Amino acid sequence: MLARIGFLAPILVFLAAFFGYPLVANFTMALREYTAASFYTGEAPFVGFANYATVLGDPVFGTALFNTAVFTVASLAFQFGIGLALAVFFQRHFPLNGVLRSMLLIPWLLPLVVSGTVWRWIFDQEYGVLNQTLLGLGLIDAGIPWLSSTAMALPSVTVANIWVGIPFNMVILYGGLQSIPAHLYEAASLDGAGPWQRFRHVTWPLLRPVSAVVLMLGLVYTLKVFDVIMVLTQGGPANATQTLTTWSYSLSFQELDFGLGAAVGNLLIVIALVFALFYLRGLRSSAGAPTRERR
Amino acid sequence: MAVHRRVRTAFTTVAALAIVGVLLFPLYWMVNASFQPATGLLQTPPRWFPVGGTLDGYRQALQSQGLPLLNSIVIAAGTVALTLALSVPASYALSRFRMRGAGALLFALLLVQMVPGIVMANALYAVMNQTGLLSTHLALILADSTVAVPFAVLILRAFMVTIPTELSEAAMVDGAGHARVLWSVVLPVSRNAMITAALFAFLFAWADFLFAVTLNTDDSVMPVTVGIYRFIGAHTADWNGVMATGVIASIPAAILLVVAQRYVAAGVTGGALKD
Repeated sequence: MLARIGFLAPILVFLAAFFGYPLVANFTMALREYTAASFYTGEAPFVGFANYATVLGDPVFGTALFNTAVFTVASLAFQFGIGLALAVFFQRHFPLNGVLRSMLLIPWLLPLVVSGTVWRWIFDQEYGVLNQTLLGLGLIDAGIPWLSSTAMALPSVTVANIWVGIPFNMVILYGGLQSIPAHLYEAASLDGAGPWQRFRHVTWPLLRPVSAVVLMLGLVYTLKVFDVIMVLTQGGPANATQTLTTWSYSLSFQELDFGLGAAVGNLLIVIALVFALFYLRGLRSSAGAPTRERR
Repeated sequence: MAVHRRVRTAFTTVAALAIVGVLLFPLYWMVNASFQPATGLLQTPPRWFPVGGTLDGYRQALQSQGLPLLNSIVIAAGTVALTLALSVPASYALSRFRMRGAGALLFALLLVQMVPGIVMANALYAVMNQTGLLSTHLALILADSTVAVPFAVLILRAFMVTIPTELSEAAMVDGAGHARVLWSVVLPVSRNAMITAALFAFLFAWADFLFAVTLNTDDSVMPVTVGIYRFIGAHTADWNGVMATGVIASIPAAILLVVAQRYVAAGVTGGALKD
C-alpha cells in the first residue's frame, strides 16, 4: 500500500497544484473583478456573473464565436481531406516512399511561431512570394492585402493553420489505412470493383473509427489555436481574426482584466468539454465495434 | 508488362516528389530568405535561389537570440527531466497495481489534455504571481510540464501494460521491491517508450509560446519563440534575420526527425489513440 502511494504521490500533487488549483482559480476569478491591481492589493471584489454578462453582451463575443467556428470547421475539413488524399496516395509502393512521408512531418514538428512567421512573410502585401507570383503571372493587378484587410485575414490565417495540420491527419489516417486487411481489397477487385468503389465500400467504412478520432482531436486542438493567429494578425484587423482564445488572451494580458479573460476561458472549456465527451463516447463505441461484428 | 510497371512507379515517385515540394515550399522559402541580403528580399521578381547569399541574417539572429536560445534549451531540458520523474513511477503504478481510482486518474489525464492553454495561462499567472515564480525558468518548466505529463503517462502506461508480468514477478521472487523492479527490469525494456515521451516533452517545451509570453514579464528568461515574436515586431524589414532565427529555432525539430524518426511516428499515433 505504501509503495502505491509512493509511486503516485508526486503526480497527484502535481495534478492538484497545476491542474486542479488553476481550474478552480479560473472559475473563481471569473466571478470576481480581478484586475492588475488585484495582484498588488490582493483585493478582488465578488461580482457574481457580471463578468459573464459583460462578455456575452460585448459585440466582440459574436465576432469571436463566428470566427472560431469558421476557422475550426474550414481547418478540419481541409486538413482532413488533404490528409486523407495524401494517406491514400502514399499507400502505393514506390521508391522513396518512406523518406518522403517522413519529410512531410516536418511542418508538424516546427514550433508554431516559426510556421506563423514564415506564412507572414509569404503573405506580405508588397514583397511576399504569394503576391509576387500572382502579379508575375498577371492574375492580379495589385498586391492583395492578405493579412491587413478584414475580408482576407481570416481565410489567410486559416490557410496557414490548415498547412500546419495536414501532417498529423496524414500520419494517423495512414496508420488506419495500413490496418485494413489487404484481402478485402483483393476480394473487392475480384468482384470487379474499381478504385473509387474500393475506396467507397472498403476504405471509407473501415476507416471511420480512426477518422472520428482524428476529427475530434483536431477539433479540440483547433479550438485553442493561439500561436498562428498571434503571429500573423494578433486577432486583427478590427477583430477580423479574433477567436475566443485570442480574445481571452487580450482581455487578460492586454486589458489586464483577468476576470473577463477567465470568463471567456471558461466558456471555451465548456465548448471543448462538450466535444471531448463526444470523442470519449466515440472511443468507447469504436472499441466495442469488433465484438458486435463477430456476433 | 514489367517495363510498363516500372514506368508507372517512376511516375508515382515523380508525383510524390512534386507533392512534397509543394507542401514543403514554405520551409524552402524560409531557408532561402534566411540567406538573402536584406536588399535581395525587397525586389521584384523575388530571388528564387540564395545565389550570392550572405550570412548576415544568421549573424543578426545569433546576436539577438543567443540568450533566448539558451533559455529554450534550459526550459526544454528541465521539462523533460520533470516530466519523466513524475510520469515514470505513475505509469508503473498504473500498469502494475490493481487499485480503485486508477481508471478515474487515466480519464482525468485524457480530459486535462483538452483544457485550452489560454485557461491554464490565465490561472497559472495568478499562481506564479502568488508564489513569486513569475519570470523564472522554473515557472515555464512547471507550466510546460502540464502539457507533457498527461501525454507521457498515457504513452508510458500503454507500453508498460504490454510487458509480461512474469518478468517482474521473477525479480520479486528474488526479493526485489517495486522500486528495484521498476529501475532494473521495467525501465530497461521501456527504453523506446521513454525516448518517445522525452522527445515530445522536449518538443512541446521548445515550441511553447503561450506560457512563455504570459508568464514572463522581463526578457531575461525569454525563450526563442518569444524572441522571434518580439524580433518581428521590432524589425519588420529585416526578414533575413527573422527567417534565420526561424531556421535556428527549427533545428532541434529537424535533428529529431532525422535521428528519431520511428519515435516521432510512435508519438504522433500514440498520443491520438488510447491504448
